[in-house]
Amino acid sequence: MADPVLSFTERGIYCPAADVYIDPWRPVPRALITHAHSDHARPGHGAYLATPVTAAMICHRLGVEVETQPYGEPRRIGGATISFHPAGHVPGSAQVRVEVGGEVWVVSGDYKLENDGLSEPFEPVRCHAFITECTFGLPVFRWQPQAEIAAEINAWWRANREAGRASLLGAYSLGKAQRLISMLDPEIGPILTHGAVEGSNAVLREIGAFDRETVPVTPDYDRKAHPAPMVIAPPSAFGTSWARKFGPAQTGFASGWMRLRGVRRRRGVQRGFVISDHADWPALLRAIKDTGAENIYPTHGYVDIFAQYLRSEGYAATPVPTEFGGDEDATEQSGDAA
Amino acid sequence: MKDFARLFTKLDQTTRTSEKTSALTEFFREAPEADRLWAVALFSGRRPKRAVTTTLLREWAAERAGIPLWLFEESYPIVGDLAETIALILPSPAAPEDRELAEWIGVVKGLAEKEAEDRKHAVLEAWDHLEPTERFLFNKLITGGFRIGISRKLMTRALAEATGVDEAAMALRLMGKWQPEDTSWDQLTAEEDASEDDSRPYPFCLASPLEAEAASLGDPADWLAEWKWDGIRGQLILRGGTHHLWSRGEELITDRFPEFARTPDFLPPGTVLDGEILAWKDGSPLPFAQLQPRIGRKTVPKKLLTEAPVRMLAYDLLEHEGADIRALPLSERRARLESLLSGLPEDAAVMPSPLLDETDWPALAARRESARELRSEGLMLKHRDSAYRDGRKRGDWWKWKLDPLSVDAVMIYAQQGHGRRANLFTDFTFAVKDGNGLVPFTKAYSGLTDAEFDEITRWVKRNTQQRFGPVRQVTPELVFEIAFEGIQESARHKSGIALRFPRMARWRRDKPVDEIDTLDGLKSLLAAYG
Repeated sequence: MADPVLSFTERGIYCPAADVYIDPWRPVPRALITHAHSDHARPGHGAYLATPVTAAMICHRLGVEVETQPYGEPRRIGGATISFHPAGHVPGSAQVRVEVGGEVWVVSGDYKLENDGLSEPFEPVRCHAFITECTFGLPVFRWQPQAEIAAEINAWWRANREAGRASLLGAYSLGKAQRLISMLDPEIGPILTHGAVEGSNAVLREIGAFDRETVPVTPDYDRKAHPAPMVIAPPSAFGTSWARKFGPAQTGFASGWMRLRGVRRRRGVQRGFVISDHADWPALLRAIKDTGAENIYPTHGYVDIFAQYLRSEGYAATPVPTEFGGDEDATEQSGDAA
Repeated sequence: MKDFARLFTKLDQTTRTSEKTSALTEFFREAPEADRLWAVALFSGRRPKRAVTTTLLREWAAERAGIPLWLFEESYPIVGDLAETIALILPSPAAPEDRELAEWIGVVKGLAEKEAEDRKHAVLEAWDHLEPTERFLFNKLITGGFRIGISRKLMTRALAEATGVDEAAMALRLMGKWQPEDTSWDQLTAEEDASEDDSRPYPFCLASPLEAEAASLGDPADWLAEWKWDGIRGQLILRGGTHHLWSRGEELITDRFPEFARTPDFLPPGTVLDGEILAWKDGSPLPFAQLQPRIGRKTVPKKLLTEAPVRMLAYDLLEHEGADIRALPLSERRARLESLLSGLPEDAAVMPSPLLDETDWPALAARRESARELRSEGLMLKHRDSAYRDGRKRGDWWKWKLDPLSVDAVMIYAQQGHGRRANLFTDFTFAVKDGNGLVPFTKAYSGLTDAEFDEITRWVKRNTQQRFGPVRQVTPELVFEIAFEGIQESARHKSGIALRFPRMARWRRDKPVDEIDTLDGLKSLLAAYG
């Protein structure tokens, strides 16, 4: 029997026909990278291939050289034809389509279906087998439209400003941060950014993927110059002396996990905004349906439960263990990308 | 309901007491009267009787959401709260409607009289009219347990601010068996106390744990020392020719303890005692385990009455000859208590909790060491001049407990917590060595920091050997010091023992599994203290 198009190894998803790995978590000679988040784009590989925007981000983060491949353009590698397709997760994020001898497999990477106005919108890709993330693969996870969350965040900011307080909004520095900034109403006041966020802003601005104006928080930051600002920072910056320079403040956190009251309380943030760069339950099911695939490999998330549900819906579904999402709440525990 | 949902959201979004109080005060000033009254009722543990089982709620929610029941059941532990799981899993409301809280409570109360099919219809219809937060609250009304971080004290303060009634007077009015159906807002908050509730207890005065050296409390002559009993704290109320018994949890438990039925024959009306209810035989307390079966029972079988008869060891007198004497110094209350209870016959089921007569700290400390022989948890130290305050105010009353017993044990099963701790593994089963094997002997949930639970959660995921539903069997590797207050024989447990208040005192990273304690070790503790 011929090799499967893709196989699951201890280094990550492997394509024997092309001798490449997709988002491997151990060093490999050749890696295809779906997007630049640190659990997917790791250092130490021999060669990297990614979309131009992802390549710019990886370059910035890891200082490695990355070969680029635009969306939709097929590339022949060994016995396989490989192409990237927008995943809608963050700017530059891609699904990887792998075709070997007429059989098509797609690795979703992380994705969402809603157009966030910043990332290239998700494109369904027809395939025989679909390896899908399912970070939020439970029916309790359903998102409101982005515009509604934007209104909530702006109202929160406005109220804080009226009370003379800063609004500290925690978000992952690549993707979520820029998405939030683009949702903010710049009329309300100044938008300040933590260094980690500003680093991503700068890279994306340079390649024309982001155009909002922000004020980086520098060591000589003067509170009086920017009263009651919105501050976008990685949540890890909260509770540090850095966060105290803004004076009285309210903290908020923007993540799909904020849907759960228990997580909101554990995080100890004052406001949770339910917004995610991952697909919610209905979106996962729709994405899977749109691929036309019969073989589904849920990975990264509530894999066992999700696979069981898919089987009850008539799919052949096999959970796949991964090291970046070894279990249901790995993302929530490490606390960022969701 | 929107007002109430907004209040809930505000309360939920802050940890600041001042913000919570002001949100509540505003609600108590502005919400419709019936809603205000219900909010007070709910936050003080009064709620409509449960008319629907949680099993049915799960089935209906899954059906309405169009998902299989097993998928609902899998989602529930991850969310960590049933009312919330239902609220999140249902589709958006088809026809949102803003009805008052009191009206929705009417719906919940009405469920009890409905036929099964109509009951389902009423609940599904309600879900269809409510936004997710409102739904969550509506579900809480059905399932009970309205614990949303509002302490009694905080609510009392907000009520006092909103109405101008003195805080202590307000605290007293919130006690007892009033219900929103038989009380009006005016009655509850009028300038003059309008209550006609003869059974109404006083707010309990609470003690703080003594962490400093006892000698730091100054002259021992200023303190009264008693045993700290391990029973049920209660108030025995004699008014209007009859008696009432309240637990510390403000549950009326008169009928569960018929032993006190004759107290009106021995004690005058206008008497309120605070004391500990203990299972008692032959002049000494029985283990708490023998009192336990009596707590849950509304009616007591005769056998249980003979096996575990109870009595109250009274330590305070709150009302004497019909007058509230809580402001008098403890020494005076104590003197009146003793004279009131002196010479009561054995079957009066009430006696004063003895004072200890040691006069210096070292002697008291030595006496405390012997507490376990009496099945006591240590000593209570109360300032002789102290008033009987409402709630916990540090400084006057101290619990000076014995150091707990402890054993080192290994974790063998782990399960996720609920609520704030959903998604974290926090509920563990521990084992000690028995020959070459391990035998489970207790569960424990508390005692570690959030950071430690976080770390253990990651460890559990990597070291799961087998899953049994939500329970994971893990590699027996992590060692913990398990502290507990007491140890008893138990036929229900494989190990043959049951612990009282077990918790994790420490994560023993320094200790290898083969050095943990043994079942024989536990048995010798049982022999010594059981």
